[in-house]
Amino acid sequence: MPGKNWTTQKAALAERIDGGSRFAAGKRVQPGDLCAFFEAVLRPGDRVCLEGDNQKQADLLAQALAELNPTRVNDLHMVQSGIVLPEHLDMFEKGIAKRLDYSYSGPQSARIARMLFSGKIELGAVHTYLELFARYFIDLTPNVALIAAVSADRDGNLYTGPNTEDTPTVVEATSYKSGLVVAQVGEIVERVPRVDIPGDLVHFVVPAGKPFFVEPLFTRDPAAITETQILTAMLAIKGIYAPYRVRRLNHGIGFNTAAIELLLPTYGEKLGLRGQVCTHFALNPHPSLIPAIEAGWVEQIHSFGSEVGMEDYIAARSDVFFTGPDGSLRSNRAFCQTAGLYACDMFIGSTLQIDLAGNSSTVTTSRVAGFGGAPNMGSDPHGRRHPSAPWLQAGKEADDTTPPLLRRGRKLVVQIGESFGAKNEPLFVERLDALSLAEKLNLELAPVMVYADDVTHIVTEEGIANLLLCRDKNEHEQAIRGVAGYTEIGRQRDHKMVERLRARGVIQRPEDLGIDPLDADRNLLAARSMKDLMRASGGLYQPPSRFRNW
Amino acid sequence: MAIVGVVASGNLEALFERTDDESACRVEVSTAAHGFQPLWEAVLRDFVARGTGGLRISINDGGARPDMVALRLAQGLRLMQDPEA
Repeated sequence: MPGKNWTTQKAALAERIDGGSRFAAGKRVQPGDLCAFFEAVLRPGDRVCLEGDNQKQADLLAQALAELNPTRVNDLHMVQSGIVLPEHLDMFEKGIAKRLDYSYSGPQSARIARMLFSGKIELGAVHTYLELFARYFIDLTPNVALIAAVSADRDGNLYTGPNTEDTPTVVEATSYKSGLVVAQVGEIVERVPRVDIPGDLVHFVVPAGKPFFVEPLFTRDPAAITETQILTAMLAIKGIYAPYRVRRLNHGIGFNTAAIELLLPTYGEKLGLRGQVCTHFALNPHPSLIPAIEAGWVEQIHSFGSEVGMEDYIAARSDVFFTGPDGSLRSNRAFCQTAGLYACDMFIGSTLQIDLAGNSSTVTTSRVAGFGGAPNMGSDPHGRRHPSAPWLQAGKEADDTTPPLLRRGRKLVVQIGESFGAKNEPLFVERLDALSLAEKLNLELAPVMVYADDVTHIVTEEGIANLLLCRDKNEHEQAIRGVAGYTEIGRQRDHKMVERLRARGVIQRPEDLGIDPLDADRNLLAARSMKDLMRASGGLYQPPSRFRNW
Repeated sequence: MAIVGVVASGNLEALFERTDDESACRVEVSTAAHGFQPLWEAVLRDFVARGTGGLRISINDGGARPDMVALRLAQGLRLMQDPEA
C-alpha cells in the first residue's frame, strides 16, 4: 500500500507521552496532578486496562480515573481481570467508561448485576483469566495500562513484590503494541529489590505514598470447617486422590478443599499417602496448606498471586515456592493458569449450583461473580500430549474401546460440596440460575463455571459419583441424583438404578470406601484454628487482623 | 447408650438407647424449625432401612441440615454397634 503510514500507533504513543510529560518530572507524576495527567493521555473510546487483578488493585489510579470529567474522557472500554473496587463501577455510572470485558467481580457481584440489568454497562464477555489475557494479545490489546507495583526506581524499573499477578502480562501486551503504561508505586527507591518489569516498558510512575490495596482471599479459618466438610474431604482423599495417585493438582478456595489440606498430615498420613499424592501444586499460598508443607507432603508450589500474611513463611520455604533473588515470592497469574491447565492432573473445587447434566455455576440471578481460575483449571485441555498415571487412568475409564496408544487421557475435574450449601440452598438444581440471568441480559452464552462434559467426579457427604464410568445420559443423571442427598434432585432418584451404579463402583458411599463416620470429627484437622496455623508455621505466618480472634 | 453431636446452630444432639423391641426403632425429634417434616421422614426412612431395630433415638435439633442429621445418625449407630470405637 504505497503512501500508507505504518507507524500511526508509535506516533500516537509519542503524543500521549508528550501530553503526559507536561505534568511529570521525568517519569514521575504526583498524585495531585493525576486528573490533568489523565486528561492529557487518555482519549475517548480508549481501551484501558486498570489493574484490577484478583488480589492487588491500582487503587490510587482507579480513584483518580473515577473522578475525571466525563465530558473530557468518556466511553472508555475497560479490559481488566478484576472488578473489585467501587471505583471500577463508578466509572460506568458517570459515563467515563462504557464497555467492559472482565473475568472476576467477587466483591462487586451484586452491584455489577444491577448495572448490567439497567444497561449502565455494555458487556463484552465474562472471561476466564487465561482467555482474557489471550485476548490482550489478539483483539483486546489495551491502549493504556494503569498498573500497580510495590516500588520503582527513577528509570521506572518496577518491583511488584509477592503480588506480581497479572502485571507482566498486561505490560507485555500494552507496551510492545505501542500502548502507554502508567504505574502507581508505594515508593520510589534508589534501587528496586528485583526488577519485575523493566523500566523501558513503563512510561510514567506515580508515587502513591502507600501500598496498593490487596485483600486476603484464600484464608479459610479452620474453626469454621464442619464435620460434613471433613467427611467430603475424607471421601475425596480415599476415593479419588489415593486410587488415581494424584500428585499434580490445583485446589479451589472453598472450605471443602481447605479441609482436604488440613487432613493430609492426619488422615492422609494414616492412609500412607505422603509422597504419593499432592506433591506439586498450581496454587495460591493457602495458609491451610502450612501443616502439610511442614509435614513434608509438598515438593513444589507455583502461585497465581500471593496471600496477605504468608510473605515471611514463603520466603523461609524457598525450596517449595518460587522466589526471587530478593527472597520474596514471584507469582504470575498467566503462567500459573497455564501450569494448572497443562501440567496438573486434577482440579477440585466447590461450586454453588450443579444441574442434572453436571454443569456448574456460581452465578445467581442477583449476583454476577464472574469466574476465577476455576473454568480454566476445571477443564480438560485438548492440547495436552504428555502422559501421566492419573490422566491415563481417567482416559481409560471414560473410553475403554479406543486402543491405548490413540486414547486421550482425561484431566480429573472434581466438584465437591455438601448437598445443601449456605442458607440451606440446595447444591443440585433442575436449572441453573445462570440460564435465567443469560435470558434476562440477552447474553448469547450462560456463564457456566465448569461444563458438564469436563466434570469427571462429584463428591458430597453422601458419596462420590464417578461420571467417567457412566455409559449413557440416563446413567449420568442417576449418578448425579445418587449423591445429591436429600435435595429435591436427590429424592427423585431411581433407587434401583442408583444401587446398580453403586454395585459397579460408579457411586461409592463412605461405607463402600471403609470410611468410619466417627472419623468425621474436627479433631482430625491438623489445625483447628488460625492460631494453630500460625503455630504450625513456627510463627512465620502472620494472619491479617480480621482473622485474629485471640 | 451413646450421645453424639451438640445442640448448636446447624447441629444437633442425638441420644441413642437400647430397647427390648428388636422390631422397632423409635425416633423422637425435638426441633424449632417448622416445615421440614417430609425431609426428616426421608432421612429417617433411609436410616432405619440400615437395620436399626431395638433403638430409641432422641434428637435435640438446632436447625441441622439433612447432611448433618445423616452424619450424626451414622455416628450414633456406629457407637451403638461398637462402643469401643
